[in-house]
Amino acid sequence: MRFDSLLDSVGHTPLVGLPRLSPSADVRLWAKLEDRNPTGSVKDRAALAMILDAERRGVLTPGATLLEPTSGNTGISLAMVAKQRGYQLVCVMPENTSVERAQLLAIWGAKVIYSPAAGGSNEAVRVAKGLAAENPDWVMLYQYGNPANALAHYENTGPELLADLPAITHFVAGLGTTGTLMGVGRFFRENKPDVSIIAAEPRYGELVYGLRNLDEGFIPELYDETLLTTRFSVGPRDAVKRTRELLELEGIFAGVSTGAILHAALGIAAKAVAAKESADIAFIVCDGGWKYLSTGVYEGTLDEAEDAIDGQLWA
Amino acid sequence: MTIEVRIPTILRPLTSGEKLVSAQGATLQEVVNDLELNYPGISERLIDESGLRRFINIYVNDEDVRFLSGLQSAIGENDSITILPAVAGG
Repeated sequence: MRFDSLLDSVGHTPLVGLPRLSPSADVRLWAKLEDRNPTGSVKDRAALAMILDAERRGVLTPGATLLEPTSGNTGISLAMVAKQRGYQLVCVMPENTSVERAQLLAIWGAKVIYSPAAGGSNEAVRVAKGLAAENPDWVMLYQYGNPANALAHYENTGPELLADLPAITHFVAGLGTTGTLMGVGRFFRENKPDVSIIAAEPRYGELVYGLRNLDEGFIPELYDETLLTTRFSVGPRDAVKRTRELLELEGIFAGVSTGAILHAALGIAAKAVAAKESADIAFIVCDGGWKYLSTGVYEGTLDEAEDAIDGQLWA
Repeated sequence: MTIEVRIPTILRPLTSGEKLVSAQGATLQEVVNDLELNYPGISERLIDESGLRRFINIYVNDEDVRFLSGLQSAIGENDSITILPAVAGG
């Protein structure tokens, strides 16, 4: 496959069958390998789409500074695209994220401002909004509320899935900004409405939910719950266990959020088997495991791995 | 029938700091009513006149009750309930 530039190569990721994790010949699991994107994560799609959209709208001028609250992957993707297109990037990142994320942001030339661990990404959003007010010339693309994020998946990820798997019955992805699920969900509602759309939401350690009051709760502006069939909360133990199974049984080295998604997908698969229904369940491999090596999730017992990522933003 | 309910940090002042409490009920509404008897004030933190509060998520066996039957979701023996505030991911 040949492309004019790295940015032109974003998307068009492989969809691979999982012969050993699929429970039967009639209930099949399919992994969409988003780690094959230029910076190794699904976020390249949203980052490229948001920057191109801002350029078209005339919001971004040459040399502009971008600002984004991110737990890592979106920042890394934005940094890569910004470097190609001549922008500076300031990321607001919670301090309880893996060291590899900060290293990668530095490699692509982004500046990192840390937000407190307690409160997780809520705090990053709050700090970024404050910085945006203080620096009116900075451009915050704001992944949680930017329609171009979901549109990237409506225009690309969804159609790719349907083309590769016309028999698809279920789609499972992680719920963060909600961009992947909203875009793919809307695509299937219009093009194959019987496909179930399932969200797997990471359940972090208590530190992350350390709000001062409930009015500080956060729901991304992009979120439309009518596009979802259901939503599961997946804790770190199940996420790590499934991340390891994916590696052990199918040879796929993925990050921990993918384990959470696989856990939900396997639950759906088990229900289909029990109901004697056939199913083709596609799910997103968000990124590879490289950025999580330092966290210890691939070593030792499950208990040790669970302890290692307690309080971390692992998805 | 006794159900285990996980309480988030922000609501623990109402449960004397307990993170795991027991409650009874055949529906989520009944469980909340039972919690209110033992931990007065907790119900209004979870529910307002329109139903489940906007920034409160409740899961029965890890599934979001908004996609089950909301407050009327059936609760069975050995089910676990988790209450969490809505926070940002990504």
